[in-house]
Amino acid sequence: MAKYLFLKHYRGAPASVNDVPMDRWTPAEIEAHIKYMDDFADRLKDSGEYVDSQALRSEGEWVRSDGAGKPPVTDGPFAETKDLIAGYMIIDVDSYERAVELAGELSAAPGAGGKPIHEWLEVRPFMGSPSTVTE
Amino acid sequence: MAANAVDEARLRDLIPGVLAALVHRGADFATAEDAVQEALVRAHENWGTWSVDYPDDPKGWLITTAWRRFVDLTRSDIARHRRESRVADEPAPGPSATADDTLQLYFLCAHPILTSASAVALTLRAVGGLTTRQIAQAYLVPETTMAQRISRAKHTVSDVRLASPGDLRTVLRVLYLIFNEGYSGEVDLVAEAIRLARQLAATTDDPEVAGLLALFLLHHARRPARTRADGSLVPLAQQDRGLWRRDMVAEGVAVLQAALARDRLGEYQAQAAIAALHADAQAADETDWVQIVEWYDELVRLTDSPVVRLNRAVAVGEADGPQAGLMALAELDPTLPRYTASSAYLHERAGDIATAASLYVDAAERAQNVAERNHLTLRAATLRQRLAN
Repeated sequence: MAKYLFLKHYRGAPASVNDVPMDRWTPAEIEAHIKYMDDFADRLKDSGEYVDSQALRSEGEWVRSDGAGKPPVTDGPFAETKDLIAGYMIIDVDSYERAVELAGELSAAPGAGGKPIHEWLEVRPFMGSPSTVTE
Repeated sequence: MAANAVDEARLRDLIPGVLAALVHRGADFATAEDAVQEALVRAHENWGTWSVDYPDDPKGWLITTAWRRFVDLTRSDIARHRRESRVADEPAPGPSATADDTLQLYFLCAHPILTSASAVALTLRAVGGLTTRQIAQAYLVPETTMAQRISRAKHTVSDVRLASPGDLRTVLRVLYLIFNEGYSGEVDLVAEAIRLARQLAATTDDPEVAGLLALFLLHHARRPARTRADGSLVPLAQQDRGLWRRDMVAEGVAVLQAALARDRLGEYQAQAAIAALHADAQAADETDWVQIVEWYDELVRLTDSPVVRLNRAVAVGEADGPQAGLMALAELDPTLPRYTASSAYLHERAGDIATAASLYVDAAERAQNVAERNHLTLRAATLRQRLAN
C-alpha cells in the first residue's frame, strides 16, 4: 500500500474544462456537487482506501523567523494571484495507477450545467518508511 | 471486552467521587488520576464477564482497585527514588469524599493556569472518566498527542492545592467549550458536556451552573432538526419544530426558571433565556423578538462581547425591521466572525437581493466550517437564481 495526497487548488491550477466559479452555479448544481464529493469519500471508506480529507479556510499568510528575540515576520494575506490550496484528501492504495484513477473520478465531480468540472488535481506520493528487507 | 455489559455513563458518573476519595485519603492528584483510569479500564474489561461479577458496590470496587493501583504506582516510584514507603496497603480510615471534593476536582481540572485545550482534555478524563483514546478520537488528534497533553496538564496543576478556592466561571467555560465544539467519535461530547453540567449542578447551587445546564438542554433539544440527513445545516427559522425534543425543552425551561428566581443573573442564564424564547415559539414567525433583544441588552451589559453585539444586531433586525438591524450592525467591527453572513441576511430581509447575494459569496469565503460554507454558497446561488428569473 502507498499513500497519496490529492491537492485541490482554489487558484493556481491550470483552468478546468467546465470553468465556471461555484457562485455562478444553481443551487441544484451545488447540491449535486456536494453529494458527489460526500459519496466519493464514503466509497473510499467502504473500500478501505480512505485516510483523511480536510477543507482549508481561504485566509492565511506567510510567516518566517526574524531572528532570536524578535517576533516572527508575517506577510499576508495572500495576494490574489497566488496559488492557493482549497483542501486535500489522503488515500492509501495499492498502486500509482489506482491513485490516478481515483483522482480522475474526483476531478469529474459535477459542476455548472450538471456537467463534470474536469478540474486539475495535484497527485503527490508520500515518502514511505525504510523497508525491513534491504537486499 | 464486556464494555456493553457495563453501563458506560453510570460507571463514569462514579469517577469524580472515586478520584476525590483517593485525593481525600492523601494521594497526589496526578498519580491518583492514573490509578483511577487504570481501575476504570479494568472495570471495562472484567465486569459482567465470567471472571468478575458486576460488583454490588461499583464505587467501592473502583476505590479499592484504584487505591491498590495507587499504592503500586507510588511504591515503584519510591523504589525508583530509593525512598521509604509512606503509604499503607489498605485505604486509611477517615471521612469519605464529599460533594465539595468533587467540586474541587472540577476547579482543579479547569484551573486558569491551564490552556483551554488542556483544561478540556483533563476535565474529560479526570472528571468525565473518558479514556485518553476516546478523547483523542473526539478531537481528531493522535492518542500519543492527547496522552502528552493530559500528562503535562496534570503536572501543571500538581502543585495547586485542592483546598484553594476555585473559580466557577473557568469550570463553566470549559464545559461550554466541550459542548460547543461537540465533535463526535464514539463518545458524544455534547451529551458528555450535559452529563458533566448535571453532575456539577448537583454539587453547587450557583444559578449560573443551572443557567449553563439549561442552555445546553435547550440547544440540544434542537439537534434532531438542526441538520438534514446529508449533514447540511438547517437555519433556526426553517427548522421543523415538531422534531425538537420537548422533554429537554421542558427540563431546560424548568431549570432556567428556578435559576432566574434566585435573582443573580449571569451570562449563561441570559443566553438560556434567549434559547427558551425560541423554544417557546410554535413557529418561527411567532418568536418574541422584542423580548429577545431585551435579553441581548442584558448580555451586552454582562459580557460586553462583540459576538453578542453581532447577534443582537440580527435580533434587532427581526424586532424592529432589517434597516434597524443594519444600523446596529454598522456600529460593529466588520472583521467579526459571521459579520458578513449577518449583513447578507439583513440585506436579503431588506429586499436588496443583489447586495445580499454578493455578500453571501463573501461570507462563504470567510466561513469557518464546511457546513456553513455550503449553506452560504447555496443562499448566494438561490438569490442569484431569483434575480435571473
